Amino acid sequence: MARERNVGVIQGLRYRGGGPQTAWLLHRISGLGIVIFVTTHILASFLGGDLGQFINDVYESWWFQIFVIFCALFHGINGLRITILDLWPKLFEFDREAIWIEWAVFLPVFGLAVIVILNTALGG
Amino acid sequence: MATKSRTLPLNKRGMNFETLMWLFTRLSALAMYLFMLVAIIGALIMGARNQMNLTDVLRWAFTPNYTHVQSTNVPDLDPWATPFWKVVASLFVFTAAAHGLHGVLSVLDDYFAQLRVRLFFRILIAIILPIMWVIGIYVIWTS
Repeated sequence: MARERNVGVIQGLRYRGGGPQTAWLLHRISGLGIVIFVTTHILASFLGGDLGQFINDVYESWWFQIFVIFCALFHGINGLRITILDLWPKLFEFDREAIWIEWAVFLPVFGLAVIVILNTALGG
Repeated sequence: MATKSRTLPLNKRGMNFETLMWLFTRLSALAMYLFMLVAIIGALIMGARNQMNLTDVLRWAFTPNYTHVQSTNVPDLDPWATPFWKVVASLFVFTAAAHGLHGVLSVLDDYFAQLRVRLFFRILIAIILPIMWVIGIYVIWTS
């Protein structure tokens, strides 16, 4: 546990970690996105009323659905990569290749989902 | 290049609460994949092939609660609202809340270094987690 660090925000932004860093960053953003979504989603069902209805209306909008499906799919697929590599550490040598496979799985599924969402929302 | 194994033997690893939670995060991810697999297979058996689209199936997979298929062409909601699906949905919420809130804790640990602040966040999460469990499972069984 690194409790002492001398890295500032600027230095952090300048760090070029490539694919693994992008995956780490998106994993973090999508994880927080899911926590906020699930918490407010459960609270909306629990509270009901005008506030609950307002939250549900936001959730049913196409742009929010795309955001949630991005978070859930990316977090799930990237999390599976992390789980597999962590539980079989010898595979860690192929971390970067695993990230390419991950994108190859994520992009078609996410793309299809976006097409379906837009078709339903805009095309009818 | 010959490299030595980077993993320590089991008896030399420090097995503490954080290590167990590290393991829990991985295992709960696999558990949630299992729940999703069960939900997708169940949806296909119950007629999702003709009555739902990809996003409907994904929404059902991420928590098999019957309100998630209300907006689809499924003619009869009864098979989707059985106690079996409520148990699966409750297990999913239970696992996901623990996984997610512990994830929030590890994000916070990255930005707050003082032990006191970290302890404060641990206590806060320990209070929020049971509340989320109760509210989430209550919503599933009463909606």
